[in-house]
Amino acid sequence: MSLCVEQIRHVCTLGAFESVLAIKRAVPIVHAGPGCVAKLWTTLGSQNGHQGSGYVGGHAIPCTNASEKEVVFGGTDQLRKVITNTFDVINGDLFVVLTGCTSDIIGDDVGEITRKFQAQGKPIVYVETGGFKGSNLIGHELVLDAIIDQYLQPQQVESGLVNIWSSVPYQNTFWSGDIEQLNLLISSLGLKPNVIFGPDSSVDAVNDIPKAQFNLVISPWVGLRTAEHLKDKFGTPFLHYPALPIGPTETSNFLRTVGEFAGIDPAIVENVIRKQEERYFYYLERAADTLLETRLLPRRFITVADSLYALGIARFLTNDMGLIPEKQFITDDTPADYQSDVTAEFGKFTNDIAAETVFSNDGGYVEEEIRRLKIRSRPLILGSSWERVVARDLNAYQLSVSAPIGNEMVLSKSYVGYNGALQLVENIYSVVLNDFM
Amino acid sequence: MSINLDRSQVTIREKRLKSIVGYQGTIRDLAEQSQSGCLKNASRGFSQATNCNSGCAQGYLSTITDAAIVNHGPIGCAGDVAGANAGFQWGQRIRDWNQRNVRIINTNMSEKAVVFGGDQILKEGILKAYERFKPKAIFVTTSCASGIIGDDIESTMKSTEAEIGIPVVPVFCEGFRSQIWASGFDAAFHALLTRIIKPAEKKRPELVNVINFVGSGRALITEIFGRLGLVPQFGIPYSNIDEISRWSEAGATISICGTLGGYMGNGLEQNFGVPYVTALQPHGISGFDDWLTKLGETVGKEKEVEEYLAEQKVIAAPELEEIKFKLKGKKVVVGMGPSFAHNYIRLLEDLGMEVVWGFSWHYDSKHDHGGCPSCTVELAKQDKDIPVSVSDQQNHEVINLLSKVKPDIFIGRHPGMSVWATKLGIPAIMVSDEYSAFGYQGTIEFGHRIIDALTNNSLAVNLSKRINLPYTEWWLEQDPFNFLEQKNKKTERENKKNVAVR
Repeated sequence: MSLCVEQIRHVCTLGAFESVLAIKRAVPIVHAGPGCVAKLWTTLGSQNGHQGSGYVGGHAIPCTNASEKEVVFGGTDQLRKVITNTFDVINGDLFVVLTGCTSDIIGDDVGEITRKFQAQGKPIVYVETGGFKGSNLIGHELVLDAIIDQYLQPQQVESGLVNIWSSVPYQNTFWSGDIEQLNLLISSLGLKPNVIFGPDSSVDAVNDIPKAQFNLVISPWVGLRTAEHLKDKFGTPFLHYPALPIGPTETSNFLRTVGEFAGIDPAIVENVIRKQEERYFYYLERAADTLLETRLLPRRFITVADSLYALGIARFLTNDMGLIPEKQFITDDTPADYQSDVTAEFGKFTNDIAAETVFSNDGGYVEEEIRRLKIRSRPLILGSSWERVVARDLNAYQLSVSAPIGNEMVLSKSYVGYNGALQLVENIYSVVLNDFM
Repeated sequence: MSINLDRSQVTIREKRLKSIVGYQGTIRDLAEQSQSGCLKNASRGFSQATNCNSGCAQGYLSTITDAAIVNHGPIGCAGDVAGANAGFQWGQRIRDWNQRNVRIINTNMSEKAVVFGGDQILKEGILKAYERFKPKAIFVTTSCASGIIGDDIESTMKSTEAEIGIPVVPVFCEGFRSQIWASGFDAAFHALLTRIIKPAEKKRPELVNVINFVGSGRALITEIFGRLGLVPQFGIPYSNIDEISRWSEAGATISICGTLGGYMGNGLEQNFGVPYVTALQPHGISGFDDWLTKLGETVGKEKEVEEYLAEQKVIAAPELEEIKFKLKGKKVVVGMGPSFAHNYIRLLEDLGMEVVWGFSWHYDSKHDHGGCPSCTVELAKQDKDIPVSVSDQQNHEVINLLSKVKPDIFIGRHPGMSVWATKLGIPAIMVSDEYSAFGYQGTIEFGHRIIDALTNNSLAVNLSKRINLPYTEWWLEQDPFNFLEQKNKKTERENKKNVAVR
């Protein structure tokens, strides 16, 4: 298969500067060409739920804007200048230098420069994220590696404190809402989430990462490397829960799994589950008339998304909503080593249902495959804005759930948990109902 | 420097047009220095993320209806494509077309390709684009990585072109090559001028090439040109390869934006004998008058233009007076590309507003016809000398200056800019449509847009009260151009005079 890609769903390693922006008062310093940041934030920000600049994003990001001069003579002098002045100009609690292709190919010694600032006691780390190294999901892990290796200090473990590694900031369009929902779920068990990304985040929470009783990875593969790294360095155990919990079946299973791992009294866990499920089914019961009686309801669905969302949504729609998964397209450039594990997760549905998975980050290939599928009834395509075209052509229902999402404004929305599932039902069936009127 | 079509690579603006991204002074000084040829770029000791020419090149070419683009670089170099596609959806929507996605393939350059060369993946990308889209031409845009590793893309393209039998055209737009993103438009036009546009077999004197972006003003221009006995041909966006190949047949070329259209217009004039209308932009009354008058002069329709303008003037007068009354004395800061900035400064002053600062995101000392940009020359002739600066959207300068000048409104044009004025409590307008303030009725519409923005500033005020800017107190106390390494920079005192005491 060709390696080239069309209709891209993620960007390059350097896109991980967005993960830095997701930590309040953390500041990326980008040592790259002049257009990298603007290009990357188009796919990850402005055309992905219309996530804007925020505190120090967009054109506020310190950047060397490498020119021909830096490429020919080296860019370290300019980088040193920009870092020095960043400390005077920008208010921040943690600074992360990220490099692009220009620097990594010509071999600027960014480590040497950064170490001098570290030696002065500045809260700064560096990470080589030249775009050719892989996706921004890998970049996200590289940023966390840099913070772990160059910045974190051993701490006394605080019982009940949990680091959650799940949605990738900005890449997963609903990341900040997801984090808020996951925090609520974890808190409902009496645990304390250490909030590293999103509206309640802080660099203090980053400092506290080694304090956690355990790391909780909620993703098919992203974050595993971080959890393993933290286990090696600080001895923190971790729990890997591959599916994003959406809907009662998965969320209740998730809460029981976490509860058991954390040693929480099952009575507490069951009490939480009972209350949440009662609320969920109060609403679902009311929805059921329309779910059953509306003309032209979708019976089968296709997802085109990161493994995190494809799996989470497929589980919910199959296990809770009675829909049938068609091909599931995983577009997050899942590393080959993880692909069989991810595929295995798509074999674990109710009623012995299994879904075929296709790994490809080439949206053009995905589109060709979708056009080849023979689907009875109007299908439901849960993908990105790119799929709006193929959905129109195939008379399918389309809901945007994965990057890039240009056709929706996304703020605190999340499909995670019990309430998130209700939101997903609202949104899917609003697409269907809007289609009639 | 005349436009050289014998080379496959366009000469970047810094060399061709003595363009700069660092300057602070006044419009008169800027014009004088560029006319005497001594304008120098000033670099900065602190800089923030800007844009590169690759985005302009592939974004612009991606709107050609039957072409495809192969972007040769790591996947992030296609990060802008989602934005290009959003614009493309809008362009198709306003034409009532069936919407499809842009046709851009990225070669997904990996570490292996960086080490061992990317020629093979480039070839695969071109073949894949041909197979998927059956295009009439393929444009290959380069990246920093492909440029530095020194892939011989031209020989790969030549051999692949022989295989598939359609033009496979290089577009050299490595991000590091130029600090001026508009160099990317030139790279796109260079590709068209060298490989797509053919010498005219027959001339069509009534045909006028109109260089624009999305082209929301097509109906109006068609109507106006119709009265002059002219037929507009809009592009490059939403044209096909065959139409573009015959742009040489036109009687004239005119552009909605001097920064955008100069290379194409002058290239057509110098190499294909199609006169390029060098005029003010058609934004605001005096700009529109000049634009249409110069077009009339070029194609011999002076009388018709005069009649049309006289008619419009009468119709628009009462409403324009009302707008001027409401906007009188309101302070405004402008931040746009150079042509838009210097044209909008004029139009805002014409509306009775006081332009207290003009940012332009680069500045061309001259345009490809050889002279200083007409909008700049025109502004420099006015009684009032307006303080201006040039930066590639350097946010620290903009925020610092806005916090000191505190205008009533900020008017910008580029994504990721207007929000920062709003965060300071200053209402902002983003002029994203190139036909905003076009002609008499467009100017009236735009006037009302400003009035509306001034009427309710609650979003800006509330936001500014609750958010923290990322800048330190120290920085906000400094001169906005502290990091600009410019020798003849205005002194702190002179600058204060320009900024604060107005």
